[in-house]
Amino acid sequence: MAKVIFSSELQKLTGEKHTNVTATVYRDIIEQLVERYELLDRDKLLQMAVAIDGVIIHAPLLEVVQDASEVHLLFRISGG
Amino acid sequence: MSEAREFKHIGQRTIRPDGYDKVTGRANFGADLSLPGMIWGKIHRSPHAHAKILSIDTSKAEAHPDVLAVVTASDFPAIQSETIAVGEGSEDLFDLTRNLLAADKVLYHGHAVAALAARSERAAAEALSLIEVQYEVLPPVLDLRAAMADDAPVLHQDMFTEGYDKKPEKPSNVATRLEAKIGDIEAGFAAADVIVEREFYTPTAHQGYIEPHACTVRYDENGQSMIWCSTQGHFDVRARTAKILDMDQTSLKVIASEIGGGFGGKTTVYLEPVALLLSKKSGCPVKMVMQRTEVFIATGPTSAAKLWVKVGAKKDGKITAMQGRLAYEAGAFKGSPMMPGVMTMFAPYDVANVCVEGFDVVVNKPKVAAYRAPGAPQAEFAAEMLVSELADQLAMDPLELRLKNAAREGTQTLYGPKLKSVGLVACLEAVKNSPHYQAPLGTPQSGKVRGRALASGFWFNMGGQSSVVINMNPDGTGTIVEGSPDIGGSRASMQMMAAEAMELPISRLKPIIADTDNVPFSATTGGSRTTYATGMAVVEAAQKVVQQLKERAAALWNLTPEQVEYADGVVHAKQGDDQLSVREICQAAEKTGGQISGQANINARGAGPGFAVHVCDLEVDTDTGKVDVIRYTASQDAGKAIHPGYVEGQLQGGAVQGIGWALNEEYIFDDQGVMENSGFLDYRIPLASDLPMIDTLVVEVPNTFHPYGVRGVGETSIIPPLAAVGYAVSKAIGAPITTLPCSPPRVLKLIQDKA
Repeated sequence: MAKVIFSSELQKLTGEKHTNVTATVYRDIIEQLVERYELLDRDKLLQMAVAIDGVIIHAPLLEVVQDASEVHLLFRISGG
Repeated sequence: MSEAREFKHIGQRTIRPDGYDKVTGRANFGADLSLPGMIWGKIHRSPHAHAKILSIDTSKAEAHPDVLAVVTASDFPAIQSETIAVGEGSEDLFDLTRNLLAADKVLYHGHAVAALAARSERAAAEALSLIEVQYEVLPPVLDLRAAMADDAPVLHQDMFTEGYDKKPEKPSNVATRLEAKIGDIEAGFAAADVIVEREFYTPTAHQGYIEPHACTVRYDENGQSMIWCSTQGHFDVRARTAKILDMDQTSLKVIASEIGGGFGGKTTVYLEPVALLLSKKSGCPVKMVMQRTEVFIATGPTSAAKLWVKVGAKKDGKITAMQGRLAYEAGAFKGSPMMPGVMTMFAPYDVANVCVEGFDVVVNKPKVAAYRAPGAPQAEFAAEMLVSELADQLAMDPLELRLKNAAREGTQTLYGPKLKSVGLVACLEAVKNSPHYQAPLGTPQSGKVRGRALASGFWFNMGGQSSVVINMNPDGTGTIVEGSPDIGGSRASMQMMAAEAMELPISRLKPIIADTDNVPFSATTGGSRTTYATGMAVVEAAQKVVQQLKERAAALWNLTPEQVEYADGVVHAKQGDDQLSVREICQAAEKTGGQISGQANINARGAGPGFAVHVCDLEVDTDTGKVDVIRYTASQDAGKAIHPGYVEGQLQGGAVQGIGWALNEEYIFDDQGVMENSGFLDYRIPLASDLPMIDTLVVEVPNTFHPYGVRGVGETSIIPPLAAVGYAVSKAIGAPITTLPCSPPRVLKLIQDKA
């Protein structure tokens, strides 16, 4: 199962530091998180970037997730 | 990329393809296009920093014989608040439109209120005075302290602070509060033997690009509208303009001119939608060119910031806790780079207990825009100043303290993931072993004192969407068609990467930046992403061309592609003596299936973070407070330097901008919010004659996600100078620097107060 680790901001909405999710693509993680934590907003989650096993991905919707992946939801970063 | 490779082109110092045009004046910049029947647009701007608009009377301007169109905010289609994801980031469409032309309120001195277009530039300028606006002037909110006070005048009655558990009852100038933490901050400080704590302030500063914003546009009711402009991202200009004017993107072509500097400041729109509206209304092409003053007062600088920081460590230098509280000015509308400030503040350190709280605050100043590593220089300035102070308290070499606590592979970041392979330790070692760091500081002349300091910097670097097409010509040359405006020599890098992948001479490949109709979508050039992401697309497209060359040659020989091989621009049959050059294969393309080309549309992931370490020696005149940098070295991890000269140039350019921010640059407002130094004579950016040569140490810790190991290099180098300079001044004068810039009056006062 992939381990989803919540930022301190998201912890306010989940009440937990992390959770385990069975999924093969990132989209399914989002669906399960929204189902599990009613305060999470699907649209806002989909606007976030993600780090899967340390690799930051800005548009991760269809990103493949491994069984032991570590997943961090991140604020999207812009640059100059 | 996982092992050392021999390169033929990568790592060479080739001549940039756009160089000749730029040094001869032949290159076409934003203001250089004129069209038949073209008229000139100008903006009427607010004289007040904060006021209600009671009425706008444009009738006299409209009656002017040379004026062909006048527009106000009421001419825009109705826009609702909507976050639009464009390019690297997002923006509130309603705020963006209100920034283009104010509706009910003006929110900063210089805020656009109306625009007109006339037959000549002079007539347009004259007619501006015929636009009559009645205001009810409101008290301006000009700094963070005033904006965050309980009784502060509120800029936006519908803005309630986000980020608290309960929605506040009253509107506020604080748009967002954000907190990020790992570990147990209280336990971390409890374990410390030494704790240092201080508050810092950085000023509003502009990117200082030399070329003002400029565009020439032509509205076409048959879906052939066009914008020519100076921008870092022409696809974003198209997306924003089309959305604001309720157009289909396909009916608008945007052409990126050559660009005379951007540094993040040309990642949004100020003129283009207004100019297109004027063109639509007048039926004529419209040119708009900002004056320098307009660039300062009405385009986005970077945030002023108030930065409180606290660091605890054991006696041996092991840092146990780092804490920050940051407030960033957003300008007139929400959206400062507070968030990346929070995320990067302590990124150069491997510390278990970290907590940073950030506030995004609106004030009556121009809406901020991106500026090289947005938000990071301010936050990391405060952190680095305090780490240097900690080193002094512990009587440790500041470089050894940083080495002891340096982020490295496996470090848990505050922003989420653990770091992969990064080059901070390598940068610190490079500086440690440099002639500069090993040399004594030297003795100053009478009346002068010297200081030395170093600082680290971190920036994420980006990937994102890039598209490239390589079209092979019948003579065996190739055109690299990309969609990333070249703001720092990227065309040369694309040419070199294509040449490396295709094993062709660089002179056989020409890179061009195509308009939005002629290349698939590419994200804005920014976030240090282009050499990385567009470079990956170039390599992929080049590999597809090579594959086609093999297939075509094989077809001519009645072989399969597996029976041939490609090397140095020639396809050989693995058995026998048959061979064909790229030129011969391209000449025969008509007979073997038509055009040979390779295309790659990618969304690059895995951009490697960038770390830098700078060391600065400087001298302070104790009679005047003037600071002169006398030696400066910048070290940075480039992953792999495709063109070392341009990498060095990025390091030097970033360092110089950071030095300017540290020493001189700041917006100065009067008590009514009118900017008093809106020109380069009074807003002092460093000149070549002000500084020594910036020495560079390019470290190469490859990023395994890029075929040649590239990391972005464009932004990180602006981060360390603020603290390298700031703390060196502290060391020189023996008094703490808490406020930038270290301008002569400020430094002199510190010297006099100390005496």
